[in-house]
Amino acid sequence: MNRAEPNILILGIGNVLWADEGFGVRVVERIARQYRFADPVRLLDGGTQGIYLVDQVRWADILVVFDAIDYGLPPGTVKLIEGDAVPKFMGAKKMSLHQTGFQEVLALAELLGEPPRHQLLIGVQPVDLDDFGGSLRPEVKAMIDPAIAAARTYLDRFAVAWLPADGTNTTRLDMPHEALDIAVYEAGRPSPEVACRIGDWRVLASRVNG
Amino acid sequence: MSVQTPNGFQLDNAGRRIVVDPVTRIEGHMRCEVNLDENNVIRNAVSTGTMWRGLEVILRGRDPRDAWAFTERICGVCTGTHALTSVRAVEDALGIAIPENANSIRNIMQLTLQAHDHLVHFYHLHALDWVDVVSALQADPKATSALAQSISDWPLSSPGYFRDVQNRIKRFVDSGQLGPFMNGYWGSPAYKLPPEANLMAVTHYLEALDFQKEIVKIHTIYGGKNPHPNWLVGGVPCAINVHDTGAVGAVNMERLNLVSSIIDRTIEFIDKVYIPDLLAIASFYKDWTYGGGLSSQAVMSYGDIPDRANDNSAENQMLPRGAIVNGNLAEIHDVDLRDPEQIQEFVAHSWFTYKDESRGLHPWDGVTEPNFVLGPNTRGSKTRIEEIDEAAKYSWIKAPRWRGHAMEVGPLARWVIGYAKGIPEFKEPVEKVLTDLQLPVSALFSTLGRTAARGLEGSWAAHKLRYFQDKLMANIKAGDSSTANTERWDPKTWPKEARGVGTTEAPRGALGHWIVIKEGKIDNYQAVVPTTWNGSPRDPAGNIGAFEAALLNTPLVNAEEPLEILRTLHSFDPCLACSTHIMSPDGEELTRVKVR
Repeated sequence: MNRAEPNILILGIGNVLWADEGFGVRVVERIARQYRFADPVRLLDGGTQGIYLVDQVRWADILVVFDAIDYGLPPGTVKLIEGDAVPKFMGAKKMSLHQTGFQEVLALAELLGEPPRHQLLIGVQPVDLDDFGGSLRPEVKAMIDPAIAAARTYLDRFAVAWLPADGTNTTRLDMPHEALDIAVYEAGRPSPEVACRIGDWRVLASRVNG
Repeated sequence: MSVQTPNGFQLDNAGRRIVVDPVTRIEGHMRCEVNLDENNVIRNAVSTGTMWRGLEVILRGRDPRDAWAFTERICGVCTGTHALTSVRAVEDALGIAIPENANSIRNIMQLTLQAHDHLVHFYHLHALDWVDVVSALQADPKATSALAQSISDWPLSSPGYFRDVQNRIKRFVDSGQLGPFMNGYWGSPAYKLPPEANLMAVTHYLEALDFQKEIVKIHTIYGGKNPHPNWLVGGVPCAINVHDTGAVGAVNMERLNLVSSIIDRTIEFIDKVYIPDLLAIASFYKDWTYGGGLSSQAVMSYGDIPDRANDNSAENQMLPRGAIVNGNLAEIHDVDLRDPEQIQEFVAHSWFTYKDESRGLHPWDGVTEPNFVLGPNTRGSKTRIEEIDEAAKYSWIKAPRWRGHAMEVGPLARWVIGYAKGIPEFKEPVEKVLTDLQLPVSALFSTLGRTAARGLEGSWAAHKLRYFQDKLMANIKAGDSSTANTERWDPKTWPKEARGVGTTEAPRGALGHWIVIKEGKIDNYQAVVPTTWNGSPRDPAGNIGAFEAALLNTPLVNAEEPLEILRTLHSFDPCLACSTHIMSPDGEELTRVKVR
C-alpha cells in the first residue's frame, strides 16, 4: 500500500431518533448524497456504536468526526476542535447517549496502537436533544453545509478530491436505511395527538415547571 | 421498616441510603438506590428507569416493513437483535414464511451477536469489576506467563509478551489518558486476584478488543453493511451466488469461506482465552456468592435459534424456551406471548396510569399514558431527585410479569432452563464448571453464575455458528439459493387488520415486539425489552424485580466504593455501560456514587 495516500475516515456519530443528537449522521448522509470519493476514503454513519468503531478509527490515518456537542455556546454554533484536544471534548455532555463511548473509542485506539495521526472534530451546539422521534432543529440543520465546508477545508490539506456524486459511488460506506432518510423520517412522524411525545423525566419536569 | 415481599425477600429501608446514578445510559437511563444496615449489608434495593421511550411514539403510521430500521437505532449495542425481532413480528402478523437459508443466515447473525456481545461484555464492561488494572502494573511477567500456560495452550503467553503489554499499559496510564480505566476503584480490598492474574486478564482485555472486529465481519457479509446491517421482512437481504454469475455484491464462495474461517477463529478465541480466564478469575472469588436474586426461583426464556425455518414449537428452539417459578426446577412451563393471561405489564409503581392499576395489561392491549408523580417521602425535587420514594411510583419502566411472577431473563435464565430440562449441551458444561471449581449447584445462582453462564453461552453460540454455516453451505450445494419470500411484500396482499409478535433471545435476555397493523400501516407497536424484565420496579402485590432482588443481602467492603453493586448490576449486561460515571464539560469525572 502506498503510504503517501493516507486512509481517511469521515464519521458521523449520534442517534437520529433524538432530535439534534442526529446531527453527525445527517451530515455524512448529505455528503454521501452529494459527493463521491476515490479509495481510501470511508464515509460512515457510526450511530451510537461505541467499541464497534474502534477498528474503523484505527484504520484511519486522518479522522473527521461530526457530532452534536455541548460546548456551552449559543445553539447552532459550529466549533472545530483539532488534534489532541479532540478526546477531551468528547466527554463533554451528560445527556448524550454515546459521547463517553466515543471518547473511549479514541482512548482504545490509542491503547491498541495505530490511532489516527490527524483528527478533526466538527461539532454543533444542539438546540434540543430530548425529543424522541424528532429531527434536527432549523438552527442545527442550517449548519450541515457549513460543517461540510469545514471538513473540505481541512481535508484540502491532504489533497482529498470531492467528486460530484454520480450514482457510481464505490466508497465504502454505511448510510442510514432509506426509511430513516431525513425527509422520509420527518414526514412520517406521528403527530403529538397520535403518539405522546413526552420523554425523559427531566424534560417532563421542565414542562411541569412551565 | 422491614417487610416481606410475596416473592420471598426481606426488605428494610431503615439504614443509610446510597445512590448509584446513572448505572448505564445507552438503552435507557437507570439509577439504583440501596439501604445499608450497620454492617454495610444491602437490605433494600430500588431500581429506577429514568427515561421513557415508547416505540409507538416513533412508529405509529409508518410502514411495518421499515420498522426494523427504526428499532435498530434504539440501542447502541443490540442493533441487530431489535431488527430481527421486528421483522419476525411483522412476518407473524402477515403469515409470511421465510426460506430455510434465511433462517440459517438470521441465526448466524444472531449467534454472531451473542458470541461478540458476550465476549465484549466480559472483557470490556465486566472484567474490571473483578480485575485490578493498577495491580496488573506490578505483576511479574514470568509468573503471569506461568499462570497463563497452566490454564490454556493459547500461544500468546511468553514472559516477553506480557512484559510488552505491561509496558504499553504503563505508558498509557502515565500519559494521563486513563480512558477505559478511569472508572475503577483500583486498590479496593474487594479485588482478590493476585497481580499475575490481573495482568493476564488485562492483556486478554486488549486481545479481545482487537479480536472482536473479526467476529463482526460476519454481520457485514450477511447484513451488507456494519454497524447497521440490513434486514428484510420475508427473509434476508443478501443474495447468494456461488457460481459468480449473478448480481454484484451477492454472497459468493469466497465470502462463505471467509465466514467459515472467522467462525473457526471465534471458537478458538472463546475456548482458549475467554473460558479459561473466566474460570481462573472465578476461582479467586469462590467465597463471593452474592447476587443470585430471582435466578434460583423464577427465570424465563422465549427461546431462540430455531433449527428449522417457520417452526415455532419449543422443541425447535436451540436456545430453550420455558419458565420456571417458585424455584421448582422439575417443572418447566411453556411460554405463550399471545396469551393475555401470561405476560402482563403493571404500572402501580411506574410513572404511567391505568384505569385499574391493580391489574396488568398484555402488550397488545398496552396503554402508555404518562403520570409523573413522586411519593410523599421523596427527597429533592422533580428535576433533582435525591432519594426516591419506592412506596409510590418510582420508575419509567413498567413491571412486566409472567402469570404474576417477577422473572429474571438473560444468559443465566436460559442456562438454568437448559440445565433443568437436562439438555446435554447445557447441563454438561455447567456440571464441568462446577466440578472444576469444586462448587455445589447452588453456586450457579449468583452474580458469578450469571457471568459464567454468559461465558458458556458465548462458547455455545460460537459452536452453533459452525452448525448453521455448515447447514447453509449444504443447502446451497443442494441447489437452494433462495433467501427471501416476497409473495406478501405488497401491502395489497395484506389483511385489513393484523397483529403479530416477534421474539428473540437478545444477549441480555428475552425480547418481544408486539405489532398491530391496520390498513397497511403500524397502528401500535410495543416492545418489552430484557432490561424491562430485569430492571422492573415493584408490582401491585409488592414483588420485586431481578435487579432489586439480586442486590439484597450483599455486604459492601466500603460503602463509598460500592464495587459490589456494579458487579451485580453489570452481570445482567444492562447495556454497554460506558457510563457508570458522569462527565463534566472539561472531561473530568464529576461524581459516580452519591452517598447520603
